[in-house]
Amino acid sequence: MPAARLPLSQRPALLNMTHVEKAFGGSVVALKDMSLTVNEGDFVSLLGPSGCGKSTVLRLISGLLHTTSGTISWAGGQGTDDLGVVFQEPTLMPWATAAQNVWLPFRLRGQSFASAEAEIADALRLVGLDHFHDAYPRALSGGMKMRVAIARAMVTKPRLILMDEPFAALDEITRFKLNDDLLELKEKIGCTVIFVTHSVFESVFLSDRIMVMAARPGRVIHELTVPAPYPRDDVFRTSAEYAAHCRAASDALHDAMGEAA
Amino acid sequence: MSLADQAPVTLPTVDIEEQQRARREKINRIAKWTLPSLVLVLSVLGWHLYVTLAEVPHYILPGPVLVAQKMAEDRALLWPAMLITARLTLLALAMAVVGGVVLAVAFTQSKWAEMSFFPYAVILQVTPVIAIAPLLQIYVESAFVAALLCAWIVAFFPILSNTTIGLKSADHNLSDLFTIYGATRWQRLRYLAAPSALPFFLGGLKIAGGLALIGAVVAEFVIGRAGTGLGLASTLLEASYRFNFGRLYAALILISLMGVVIFAVMSLISHLALRKWHESAIKRER
Repeated sequence: MPAARLPLSQRPALLNMTHVEKAFGGSVVALKDMSLTVNEGDFVSLLGPSGCGKSTVLRLISGLLHTTSGTISWAGGQGTDDLGVVFQEPTLMPWATAAQNVWLPFRLRGQSFASAEAEIADALRLVGLDHFHDAYPRALSGGMKMRVAIARAMVTKPRLILMDEPFAALDEITRFKLNDDLLELKEKIGCTVIFVTHSVFESVFLSDRIMVMAARPGRVIHELTVPAPYPRDDVFRTSAEYAAHCRAASDALHDAMGEAA
Repeated sequence: MSLADQAPVTLPTVDIEEQQRARREKINRIAKWTLPSLVLVLSVLGWHLYVTLAEVPHYILPGPVLVAQKMAEDRALLWPAMLITARLTLLALAMAVVGGVVLAVAFTQSKWAEMSFFPYAVILQVTPVIAIAPLLQIYVESAFVAALLCAWIVAFFPILSNTTIGLKSADHNLSDLFTIYGATRWQRLRYLAAPSALPFFLGGLKIAGGLALIGAVVAEFVIGRAGTGLGLASTLLEASYRFNFGRLYAALILISLMGVVIFAVMSLISHLALRKWHESAIKRER
């Protein structure tokens, strides 16, 4: 049984951040006493105002930054193919086709296109871009570029996918559609996701756990769970249950912003 | 813009705005060629009329007829001269490409190398080549090598500076992604920095093509026929000593033509390399 189908409390641990502190330039404390456990199959949102260190958490997990103190540990140790990353921008290589972009993680491991072709085709099919293998990024819409970026992040079936406000720059219709498709994708491949956002609605719709963060110094001040079962759809999006969770998350966010002020 | 927009669309109804646009485009297409041609014809005609009506002596300003005559008469002299100048120019350009790219890669791979040597590349560039050329003639034994160096000095800098900027201009998030996937230095250079630098390099190549020709002409002027044989610029200089202004103008026109051809070829290379993905090479529908 995939971990995502287990109740939250029974999922095996994947990643542990304990008492992590990160300071920049010796004076700016971006994160303080930040602890976070991510279990297999979790969809965890980091929700908070600008400057609360959400992105710093992702950069620490991805190894782009190192902690000032505290530890980040992976169950069973970490390898370079444990991670997939989606940034706020699609961040595609403009000189490469959609399929070549999705090939990148394999290519950097020294795998030829031919040897990865089946996985690449699968990934593009899963994000709904069957017919766009040979399209260059400039010919794709903003939403389609983001789909290519998602395909690239999941093509190697990483243990954890980090998403840093991936849909923030998209229009609302496209964002809703991509939210739906992301959940569908998660159901199909059973991945674990850490999702950074500053949209209350997005975080409630997508996640089973929401970490609400406050700024200066960045830390988690509330943890909410959204026990609604997946798959979630438009019915969930308009339900009283969803509204109640949004209210709770919104209150927590206000609390976080009050603390910062 | 979606993919669907690129399929050839034949709409049954065409509104007035579209018709006007189509007409404008057609006129623009024709004007692009006819206007410069018209200017050329009128200038040559004006030149001819001025020379004939004002009875300008041919050793002050030869008429276009005389120049055309000289070009035909002296073709046995001008053609080999053009080949010599072309060889010098293209060799200098090829060396500028190799030298510029290798140095740019070295500079971006090691910031110590860049800190140490970049200022001297700038000094080499800003010192007028016409002042360096006589020194080259003294210190470099082979006059041909001296001429080549002279043209190379002028041509290599735009390639170096453009490629250096280009190699550093890779998207930061992409660069982070390469780090996360554990890319090697070589993979980063090959798959990220090099393609990012390509449009910059090609821009530098366009400038360097013209500069290589200028460098070659300067080299022929200063170092003379000893190094390269009788090139176009040496021919031009000799013709001026002999008051053979018809030949001088013929040589001058050929040098300009070479410059135009070099520019056109570089533009074509740039277009072919970038047409699939780079904004500069893509026609927008509007």
